[in-house]
Amino acid sequence: MTVSRIAMLVGLVILIALPAVVPPYFLHLLIQILLWAFIYTAWALMGRFGFVSFGHGAFMGVGAYVPALLWTYYDVTPWIGIPLGIAFSMLLALVIGYPCFRLRVVGHYFALVTLALSQVVLLSLVAARDITGGSLGFTQKAVGHSWYALQFPEKSYFYGISIVVWLIGLYVWQRIDRSINREALEAISEDEDAAAAIGIDVLREKLRVTVISAALTALGGAIYAQYMMYLNPETVSGIAVSLQIVFAVIAGGVYSMLGPTVGSLLTLSLTEGLRVWFGTNFIGAANTIYGILLILCIIFMPQGIVGALKGLRFRLQHTKVAAPAE
Amino acid sequence: MDPYLIEAIINGILLGGVLALLALGLNLIFGVIDVVWIAYADIVMCGMYVIYFLYVEYGIPLPLTCLMAIASIAALGVVVHLLIIAPVLNSAPINQLLATGGLLFFLQSFATLLFGTDFRNIGVRLPVLEIATLYISFSRLIAFAVGLIGAVALYLFLKRTYIGTAIRAIAQDREIVGLMGVDQRRIYLVTSAIGGALAGLAACLLALQYDVHPHIGNTFGPVIFMICVLGGLGNMIGGFIASFIISQIIAIGGYYANTELSYVLAFTFFIVLMFVRPRGIFAR
Repeated sequence: MTVSRIAMLVGLVILIALPAVVPPYFLHLLIQILLWAFIYTAWALMGRFGFVSFGHGAFMGVGAYVPALLWTYYDVTPWIGIPLGIAFSMLLALVIGYPCFRLRVVGHYFALVTLALSQVVLLSLVAARDITGGSLGFTQKAVGHSWYALQFPEKSYFYGISIVVWLIGLYVWQRIDRSINREALEAISEDEDAAAAIGIDVLREKLRVTVISAALTALGGAIYAQYMMYLNPETVSGIAVSLQIVFAVIAGGVYSMLGPTVGSLLTLSLTEGLRVWFGTNFIGAANTIYGILLILCIIFMPQGIVGALKGLRFRLQHTKVAAPAE
Repeated sequence: MDPYLIEAIINGILLGGVLALLALGLNLIFGVIDVVWIAYADIVMCGMYVIYFLYVEYGIPLPLTCLMAIASIAALGVVVHLLIIAPVLNSAPINQLLATGGLLFFLQSFATLLFGTDFRNIGVRLPVLEIATLYISFSRLIAFAVGLIGAVALYLFLKRTYIGTAIRAIAQDREIVGLMGVDQRRIYLVTSAIGGALAGLAACLLALQYDVHPHIGNTFGPVIFMICVLGGLGNMIGGFIASFIISQIIAIGGYYANTELSYVLAFTFFIVLMFVRPRGIFAR
């Protein structure tokens, strides 16, 4: 345990020291990896219990657009805008989650209801084209370096911010992982009726984890919007984003703390690597390979990459222990 | 009444015919194989590309092109079943959903890679009918008629033929059917081929009205799902009726507001109905 803790500390120190040595392009990539890793971790909070939501594009979209619109049109600082966006997203999660869990909308049906939610948010953003610019997107009002507007032309600031939010994501994951609620949620994902019969408040447990997940996703969307400055409905909401979230987590592994992070690292490096490799002549190449990998992952490694590695380590240890006994 | 509103309602009914055809194909596959093909609309997109290339690039007559498109998409349905669905048949439902979602990613980006993001039109201009003050597009009328004929043909096939009866039997009880001497794997292949053929037929009808581009599946894919779920997944008659409800919401919403808001309305209607009737409008 102490060895792994030291390894974690060393890793963190290296991560913090990176901006001093890597060129801006890699820093840009790292910021995106960390921000998406945070959002993926937020999704995995629910996903690991089998509550597969395709609605996280909606939460991210709300979290990104509310502070950006408030700042650009009403000069409201993101320090107020971001909490408002998060609150709105939590409200959305409650409005959808409460009836869903109350009426036992589970499995396929839950996935499809949340899918409809992402479409509602996406299409509403496009429909409000007078203020959001519709499908063309819009650029936030820029003021240069400012803590008040949460805008920094230097990438290192956002790098620091994304490390902090990523660590918050991991912390929340671990808090839930070590709490009694995890046991309750696991029981619910196995069998809701049996869980209710032994006194678990099914509705409350599911609602709580959904609202936490939505809030973190909205925060991720907000930081992403502050960093990119340019917002487009297609890149922060809708089915495409929801599917991207689900697939990256599945590829990395939904059952372990670092699985979503590995998923983010892998998918983004793959996309960037293939983009650099093929150039812009082959726009679809990266996603084509990505699509094939996803299908293969689901067929051969439903536990994800981290899960598969863990299984391998377990088997290795198991054979080591078993060998002397023979 | 405002002639534009009447026109919107008529167009809604005509759109419903094509949606009903797509919903039928998806419902058939779900009812029999118990897997939701989230990439169904993207398989239709492949069919539209087949038509575009055979007709525009190779100059093959349109009716022959349509037949070839239907045949090739039926074959694609079988390939999809063998390569992707068969390995995950016994996995958790959500993994099956994700596997076909991976197919969606693959088909959309592969089409982008091969054909670029250009909008392509097969350039067939059918006349517009003028009845009193109403203008009705002939291609939509054909789409509606063929959609209905396809639905009736499927119904007769399921009711009157041996394979059709076996398909219905498997949808009712997959354990017992094996004991009755029905080869389940063969039925699955036939079902996938029929589902593919229906997608190919829908592609022919849509190619007359819309431009082909790699992301066209996103325009009506989610809508087909809403329709199937509203009608009750696997319930073909329910899906048939639900197509007309949803297409009316889209058409009339588009008349009063704009296209995006009409879809917002349709999706919201779907979410609310899921809470009121979680197993579909026609669930018993």
